[in-house]
Amino acid sequence: MASSIRVRATSSGDRTEVQALIQHPMDSGFVKDASGAVIPSHYIQVVDFEHGGKIVFTAFWGPAVSKDPYLKFTFQGGKKGDEMMVSWVDNKGQKDTTVAKIG
Amino acid sequence: MEDNSSLTGSLCRRSLLKAAAGAGVVVFASGAALLPAVADAGGDQSKWPKDAFDAKDEAAVIGALFGKSATPSDKVKLEAPEIAENGAVVPITVSSDLPKVTRISVLVLENPYTLAAAYLIPDGTGASVSSRLKLAKTTKVVALVEAEGGLFSAGKDVKVTVGGCGG
Repeated sequence: MASSIRVRATSSGDRTEVQALIQHPMDSGFVKDASGAVIPSHYIQVVDFEHGGKIVFTAFWGPAVSKDPYLKFTFQGGKKGDEMMVSWVDNKGQKDTTVAKIG
Repeated sequence: MEDNSSLTGSLCRRSLLKAAAGAGVVVFASGAALLPAVADAGGDQSKWPKDAFDAKDEAAVIGALFGKSATPSDKVKLEAPEIAENGAVVPITVSSDLPKVTRISVLVLENPYTLAAAYLIPDGTGASVSSRLKLAKTTKVVALVEAEGGLFSAGKDVKVTVGGCGG
């Protein structure tokens, strides 16, 4: 089952470090294609990270976030084997969600 | 930190290529990746701060997001390269040891839209975030950290040799 979201979450002590890499064009709407036509903006707007029924991190993105966006943050809690859910929605209303295990 | 961008950049390319080769298909945000059981899941779009992302200068972003002025603080740490060889992918890390951080935002002053990213930091989440941003040209990058009701900032000039907006 292919997801656009790759997550690597590792716990050490009482903290979990999360790295996420999401496949997405993050088109800014400023770039023209070979024929000179503007490629319309298409970018992720919201990313939510959830653990234990609680949102532990939320990203609000605009078109200035790089293509195939990368994110790293750390939260308190989480242990090996726990599940985390990562979800995003873009400006076209497209979405994706994945569940990852903390390692 | 300067090595980080090429590492993650090439990691990204390599793992994307591997995935494409392995699966025989490149999956982008086509909506085809929805799992039936969580068809409604996805980030909550209604909370996206539209006014802040439409703002064209620092004051407008701060007004839209925070409604108070920012004080420069050496407790806000902004890591960005001195020179970005590729303006399309510039690694930026903002961290702070201010107590009770609730929000972090990153502004790119010379970009067409000033606000690049904003993050919500719930209780128990570290006041640190790394991501990669597009910088249209040589610019000042400003990090804003909201902590205990106050707003604090740090700025750094980043030289951009190849612009990040496809130019």
